[in-house]
Amino acid sequence: MRKNIVSRGLSGAALAGLLAGSFSGVAAAECTNDVWNQVMKRGKVVVGIKADYKPWGYRGEDGSLIGMEADMAKDVADAMGVDLELVPVQSSNRMQFLEQGKIDMMIATMSDRPDRRKIVGITQPNYYTSGTNVMSPKALALTEWENLRDKPVCGKQGAFYNKIVSERYGAKIVAFTGNAEAKQALRDKKCIAWVYDDSSIMSDLSSGNYGEFEMPLASEDDNPWGLAVPLAERHCVFGNFMSGMTYNWHQSGRLIELEKKWGIQATKYLADQHDRFVDWLAGQ
Amino acid sequence: MIESVQAWFRTLADTHPKWNFIYLYDPVQTARIGEGLWMTLQLSVACVVFSVLIGVTGAWLQGSQHAAVRAFVQGYIQFFRNTPPLIQLLFFYFALGQFTPTYSPDGWLEVPIISNVGWAIISLSFFAGAFNVEIFRAGIEAIPESTREAADSLGMSRLQIYVYVVLPLAFRVSLPALNNNLVNLVKTTTQAIVIAVPELLYQLVSIYNDYSTAQNACMLLMFVVYITLVGVLVLGMNRWERALRIPGYGG
Repeated sequence: MRKNIVSRGLSGAALAGLLAGSFSGVAAAECTNDVWNQVMKRGKVVVGIKADYKPWGYRGEDGSLIGMEADMAKDVADAMGVDLELVPVQSSNRMQFLEQGKIDMMIATMSDRPDRRKIVGITQPNYYTSGTNVMSPKALALTEWENLRDKPVCGKQGAFYNKIVSERYGAKIVAFTGNAEAKQALRDKKCIAWVYDDSSIMSDLSSGNYGEFEMPLASEDDNPWGLAVPLAERHCVFGNFMSGMTYNWHQSGRLIELEKKWGIQATKYLADQHDRFVDWLAGQ
Repeated sequence: MIESVQAWFRTLADTHPKWNFIYLYDPVQTARIGEGLWMTLQLSVACVVFSVLIGVTGAWLQGSQHAAVRAFVQGYIQFFRNTPPLIQLLFFYFALGQFTPTYSPDGWLEVPIISNVGWAIISLSFFAGAFNVEIFRAGIEAIPESTREAADSLGMSRLQIYVYVVLPLAFRVSLPALNNNLVNLVKTTTQAIVIAVPELLYQLVSIYNDYSTAQNACMLLMFVVYITLVGVLVLGMNRWERALRIPGYGG
């Protein structure tokens, strides 16, 4: 009799265990939240930002990473209640760093493109936008994109518009691994223009170090920027958390405030997003 | 047949977004790979030939009676052997590139006479050449003094002794070490990407930046191509080594 109770109890426990197992199995296939849990456990979030993209992500005079995106990363760490570690990434390795777990997430001036969404978890809404333009010497007085046809144009490895500019306008793209090398090649007159994000070119021009250069063309291919979490956590805690962060950044005007703080020309995009996400009870 | 293979890889790219073998079905990307491969081959062949020539000449100059010539060769070896090839590429292209003559097609652009490809060949040849000088010196020092004296007593000049007696024997001793260095040289050509030489690595990185889903496929191709390239070089060197073998001489 006693044996019977024990065995019945055992089978009941086994059944419960089996059920629990199957439920957690379903949950595991969808959201394990591995990276999020790991961040919480170690008490530190590792964010990849640019180190050569003034004033979004760059090195300050003491060598530390600063900029608008560094401030955004700090907001994220504060909201999560963990410490922040910034890791410098480049256009050509940022997605790989995230895939391989070297960083937990990235805010690295990345344009939101359909093929990139298949590799990393880009969250909505987008936090910024920029178009493609060129920096070229005033002496050349370029007026239209067609002026670039068959001419050497310096670019950066990893920018999606290199392909567009070479296919659409026949420019001969000479792509360097870093911004510094590419801009040096432009100053050495090895190419007639440097094709890059208009926002970055604008901040270079306003720095006063490029007196004999201008941004003469109409910006093209305006493309929103996306921050990204690991692809598997796009629809889990991490992805939803970052969507919420971005929503609140837009609603509170925090991004407009940061834009002003870092001396970036005010963009219509941020103003539009601020209006779009306006709190209907605000001011009542 | 080809269409069905292409169709298969197209489907694979749709079902497995990380395995997009775009260069197997998009003719534009195939052409880029072809250009990159051709550039890598040109770079490799040019650098191998020039670096061996530099090595042979340098080793001869090392035996010069003039102390100044010997010091010059020693200085060259120390400079090129003790600095990283990456720094040399950047230095040659950006620093020395400013002092070479240029021509201007449109009044602003200054196209240097020596292109980035030219600088890559010069820089990498001198880099590997410095090692080759030392490799040939080791071979030359392995030739018994009595052999040289025998040639001397036949009335041969210093150059004749070097070309007809010492070098042919020294070359056989040097081949295994030379083999190593040339393999390294072929692999080092990938560093030319920093001065935007459109070789294979440059093209593959550009492709997987344009199509981020193609990364794994590009990496895979990179390994296959370099293993093949270096394999062919090693095979050729080994055959040469065997063809040059003199029974009873050396190991």
